[in-house]
Amino acid sequence: MKFNLFHIVFLILSGLVLLFIIGPLVGMFAATAPNELVETVKDTEVRNSIGLTISISMLTTLFFAVISIPFAWLLARKDFFLKKLVLSIIDLPIVIPHTAAGIAILGIISRDSVIGKAADSVGLNFVGHPVGIGLAMAFVSVPFLINAAHDGFKSVPVRLEHAALSLKASPARVFFTISLPLAWRNIVSGLVMMFARGMSEFGAVIIVAYHPMTTPVLIYDRFGSFGLKYARPVSVVFISICILIFILFRLSVNKKKHTGNNKSM
Amino acid sequence: MLELKNIHIKFDDFSLKDFSLKIEKGDYYVILGESGAGKSVILELLSGLIKPNAGKIFFNKENITNFSIQKRKIGIVFQDYAVFPHLNVFNNIAYPVKNKGFSKQEIKDKVLEKAKKTEILHILHRKTPELSGGELQRVALARTLMLEPELLLLDEPLSALDVMLRDNLRNLLRNLNKEGLTVIHITHDYEEALSLANKIAVINSGKLIQKGKPSDIFNHPKSEFVAAFTGIKNFYKAKYISDNEVLTDNKMIIRAQTHKKNCEGYLMIPSGTVIISQNKQESSAVNNFKGKVESIIPSVHGQEILVDAGIKVSVRITNESFVKLELSEGKDIWISFKANSVKFIKKN
Repeated sequence: MKFNLFHIVFLILSGLVLLFIIGPLVGMFAATAPNELVETVKDTEVRNSIGLTISISMLTTLFFAVISIPFAWLLARKDFFLKKLVLSIIDLPIVIPHTAAGIAILGIISRDSVIGKAADSVGLNFVGHPVGIGLAMAFVSVPFLINAAHDGFKSVPVRLEHAALSLKASPARVFFTISLPLAWRNIVSGLVMMFARGMSEFGAVIIVAYHPMTTPVLIYDRFGSFGLKYARPVSVVFISICILIFILFRLSVNKKKHTGNNKSM
Repeated sequence: MLELKNIHIKFDDFSLKDFSLKIEKGDYYVILGESGAGKSVILELLSGLIKPNAGKIFFNKENITNFSIQKRKIGIVFQDYAVFPHLNVFNNIAYPVKNKGFSKQEIKDKVLEKAKKTEILHILHRKTPELSGGELQRVALARTLMLEPELLLLDEPLSALDVMLRDNLRNLLRNLNKEGLTVIHITHDYEEALSLANKIAVINSGKLIQKGKPSDIFNHPKSEFVAAFTGIKNFYKAKYISDNEVLTDNKMIIRAQTHKKNCEGYLMIPSGTVIISQNKQESSAVNNFKGKVESIIPSVHGQEILVDAGIKVSVRITNESFVKLELSEGKDIWISFKANSVKFIKKN
């Protein structure tokens, strides 16, 4: 590969960006002593918080997958009035401040709202409840899933769906046996992004529920109460778990890709 | 069997106007037209992928215009094959019968039967992205045949295949038709039309220009478009006599190279390959006939000379040759052409 000055300048700029991302993370890992990490892992409050964060984010992602993936297919396949506006609305949660998003969610689940009153009548209060946390996580992360699934369905040739219909498959069977498997890689990427983004959400979640504490809120709480030294080990443990989950997802997607073309016979 | 009656359909840049066509059971009907003529639209209408704005489609006397694609007893093979890339060959072929109440063994038997018919038994376990164009075409065909369709629609099925594969697939399509399957085949290739069709419809810009038997279309083009599109002036019915000889129009024996034994077909002599001379000439051309100039028609590139040499042969020559040979109507001349410039196309 031949490099000229132009490429060298671009390489230096790229290196700076990479360093900017990796540097603080490596610094944080380097500044945390192993015994601090062991103590943090043993801390019940930290373990409960991480378990709560992962489980809420996972359940929320699964629930929203069921309602968002059909929506993404519709957006990819059908043209309708104000479609461009709908596509813009989907991106709205990404651009608004997350604390404002939390306020918006709080507005619909607080005891004064219709949903809040309905929940209250059966003895539920979504504020300070895992359901409220899930809604706050979903609000800011569901655009990642919808956009990825939309791109995935767009990349599936319509001709293949037509061929399946012409082979007398019902529209539902075409969706589950052709469109969904062929868009699956994008959808899994979207699911990972939604899950990871939901898990790391702080701004919207803290407005809806300070308790039970998700890990980002716990990190903030420890930082506010005890300072950087106490917040850092929790951050390191949480980031390590996020990276591990991310790698596992990637591996499972790659494995599916290599074994995907056939079974049966 | 199938009838399209006064079909109208309009798109932003294309429309099909007052289109009517009748297809009988057992027909091998070729719809011939240039790209963008509306051929694929007709197949999509018949398969039920799109609905007409007006007009009706009857199938076995039943009005199927508004039937869903699943309710039509029609199979379609798309030009780009549309073989599912995430399923292997077996699962592609089995797709139409899965979840239809058949046992695993029944599905396997059906797949094996169709794979045998389309000669792809040896690739059943293969992944589809690894297949060649010819193999993909056969997989798509086998998969459609699983529906046991009464009518098979083929969208340019041979266009992406090389010559050898074309011949093989043509034979397969001929055999399917001989077994009783009605076929509608769309193409822009007149050779393909001649080799397979028992009826041809020529369309242009969404309009039916001419329909009929291949010999009617090519011998008596009803419009300049058909004549120009089919592009053949010297077109005759022909019968194989030997590997070197063909009987043309039951009148004349013409030397031609053919390896399609004991069959009937069509013979074409490109008018640019025929040489006119005042006397018989010794040359490598083995077809030499005496004839009389019947008519002379000026054309863009020179003169179009129609010669009666037992069969009518059209010859294209330059103005320079025309002057040099001092041609006039009624004049006796000789024509000659090489055996390898003659094209023999086997008939369905």
